[in-house]
Amino acid sequence: MSGFYNDPIGHWIVVVVAMALLLFVVLTATAYTVWFERVALGRIQRRPGPNRVGPFGLLQLAADGIKLAFKESFVPAKTDKLIFVIAPTIGVAAAFLAWAVIPIGLWYNVQYWIADVNVGILVIFAVSSLNVYAIVLGGYASNNKYSLLGGLRASAQLISYEMALGLSLVPTFMIVGSLRLRDIAEYTVSWGPYHGPIPLILLTPIGFLIYIISATAETNRTPFDLPEAEQELIGGFLTEYSGLKFTMYYLAEYLNVITVSALATLLFFGGWYLWIVPPVFAFLIKVVLMLFLYIWLRATFPRLRYDMLMRLGWKVLLPLAMANVIVTAIILVAVQG
Amino acid sequence: MDDEQQDRTSPPGGLQPPTSPASGEVKDRTPPPRPSPASGEGGSHSVVDDVGALLKGLRTTLGEAMKPPVTTMYPEDKTPRSERYRGRHYLRRYDNGLERCIGCELCAAACPVGCILVIAAENTEEKRVSPGERYAKTYEINMLRCIFCGYCEDACPVQAIVLGPEYELSDTSREKFIYTKEKLLEPMPPDVQARLDAKEKK
Repeated sequence: MSGFYNDPIGHWIVVVVAMALLLFVVLTATAYTVWFERVALGRIQRRPGPNRVGPFGLLQLAADGIKLAFKESFVPAKTDKLIFVIAPTIGVAAAFLAWAVIPIGLWYNVQYWIADVNVGILVIFAVSSLNVYAIVLGGYASNNKYSLLGGLRASAQLISYEMALGLSLVPTFMIVGSLRLRDIAEYTVSWGPYHGPIPLILLTPIGFLIYIISATAETNRTPFDLPEAEQELIGGFLTEYSGLKFTMYYLAEYLNVITVSALATLLFFGGWYLWIVPPVFAFLIKVVLMLFLYIWLRATFPRLRYDMLMRLGWKVLLPLAMANVIVTAIILVAVQG
Repeated sequence: MDDEQQDRTSPPGGLQPPTSPASGEVKDRTPPPRPSPASGEGGSHSVVDDVGALLKGLRTTLGEAMKPPVTTMYPEDKTPRSERYRGRHYLRRYDNGLERCIGCELCAAACPVGCILVIAAENTEEKRVSPGERYAKTYEINMLRCIFCGYCEDACPVQAIVLGPEYELSDTSREKFIYTKEKLLEPMPPDVQARLDAKEKK
């Protein structure tokens, strides 16, 4: 196998097959994330959630997908047609691109990832920032005041929280000394008798807190779903979208949720290490727990008012994240000399 | 490390919204006066309170998730109806098989939306349909118009028309909602009979 992999053509075949496989896995995962969210939200609201299509409603998403795919691909009059069509595509493409560098696990010497980039986390940040273009352009091209307001809110929100999001992870990088996601996930310590992997949340709990809040804001999820805001903006940037283009936005949103969950797993919960659980399954378990956390937050908190959102971002999270960086740096210098 | 970072969470602001719903548009970050303003840690106290409120909310939702759903799985399970529930109509017969309806059209007159059409005809010795002088040759109810008020049942002098318990009346064409005499004369469910018997006893 390794001989085949080292051969240039064989290498490309492996990579292409892996990409196709990952695309399939991630798409399926997205579908079942939506199912999981609907069931979990239902349970929290004392109802069963989808349970009609297939066993436990597991085929609900197939039914929804078919329905959306066969809807008329409608472009309203007086929209900027080209941008209107391209905007959701940008969102989906950006959301998928992030998965190129996310390592899922290392199992029997098989690497479950596409690329092991030494600045992996930066790649993810760079790519996931593109999501804001999808929302802003979609809101602008719709030629609708609600959509435009949704897009404007999204741009302000994403820019505000991206700073805190990036800074919340800096202590992690300082502790690990690498931006490679694999190195961060495989971070091990030697504390007296204990030598082995450790979840980094124990070392940067504040960083995790800021990460969770900022990531929720970055993915436009409740309580930070101001760009969509069904009640105020009748869907915000999504107002004019329907059918497949709406599906693309929807897909991008849930892909981003999985991405930030996977990232949290890698950065704070020791990636694919979990006692004797096989690596890929350990990763899966952790991601599902993180997804539940996001769903739980959505089920609990009401949407923030806009000024509260900005205040939380700029006056609380950003200074807190900076303080976290400085304190961690001081401690690191004190400990390591 | 934890201690120092605990301090970092103390600056005011941020997570106040859930606990101060009535404070409105106050730009002032300091919360409304607390019972113990003299204590030096007034600010940090409020943040702790607010975070506690958030956690309390999270605990509440998780607690709800542990309880079983309250949903009635509708097509399989149905909630019990009142015994006086007013659903679709039935025309009754006497025990000897004769129709009760005497074609008086009082139901049609009582109907507030005018959804009942009665065309009466004379009974003859050869063809006796009801015990009275006349009977309803045509009896139609437009179920799309009917508001299920039950006035027809109240108006009927011979208790010929009654409202039964069925409420699942959806169909595929408008024509099928014109309930004709054949359909209305279908045998009644037993609980309607029980209700009518109880009514007669009173």
